[in-house]
Amino acid sequence: MILEGIHIILPILIVVAAAFAVLMKDLIAAAIAVAAMSLLLSLEFYILQAPDVAIAEAGVGACLTTAILVIAIKATKRMEEDA
Amino acid sequence: MSGMSKIVKTISGIAFPFITIYGLYIIAHGHLTPGGGFQGGAIVASGCAMILVSYGSIWTMNRVREKNLSILESLGAVCFILLALLGLGFGTVFFNNFLVGTNSLFGVVPAVGSGLANINTGGVIPLMNFAVGLKVIVGLFGIVLVMAYASRTKEGKK
Repeated sequence: MILEGIHIILPILIVVAAAFAVLMKDLIAAAIAVAAMSLLLSLEFYILQAPDVAIAEAGVGACLTTAILVIAIKATKRMEEDA
Repeated sequence: MSGMSKIVKTISGIAFPFITIYGLYIIAHGHLTPGGGFQGGAIVASGCAMILVSYGSIWTMNRVREKNLSILESLGAVCFILLALLGLGFGTVFFNNFLVGTNSLFGVVPAVGSGLANINTGGVIPLMNFAVGLKVIVGLFGIVLVMAYASRTKEGKK
């Protein structure tokens, strides 16, 4: 019963985090939203009985991608301009 | 790219040893628990990338040379292929597990149905995990380091 509730709640949270990543004007906040989406996705992999993929997703998706995005944002501008 | 504030530097300096030990644990137990060379290597490379982001690329480039990283990454690949070729030499086929059953390094065969995991098993598989782990640590950290170096040269042109 609890597991089915988590199976419903987690994909909704992933979609919410992805929407935040698209809508944020502050690009550092958008990078953190991408990291949160990746961490929730690794939790979903763990619930679906794939701990191997969950460890790889948490290491590469949540940490290394965020580091590369933060380096790229520090070399350019932080705020997104209005289109 | 310059470094961040003193709070970030101190906290990442405290967290770095724990992340490294956890990643090395994942690599060393790759034949018993979920994970292995790639997963543990990605965790250790994440810790190194955290140090790089918090301390800045100039501090890191003074201590780590890009050429040494390239040499270490090639060493990991050469160790992997050399272990596979040793299987051809000592045994019969490529990738033959020649260490299992010899009761030496990683060579113990566990009893059938024993519940507790023994780390001294697996034959040549843990050694291949170490080789893949070295290659993944150095390769992923090298990617982030080259990215930070490219952003620094762009800053200098401005």
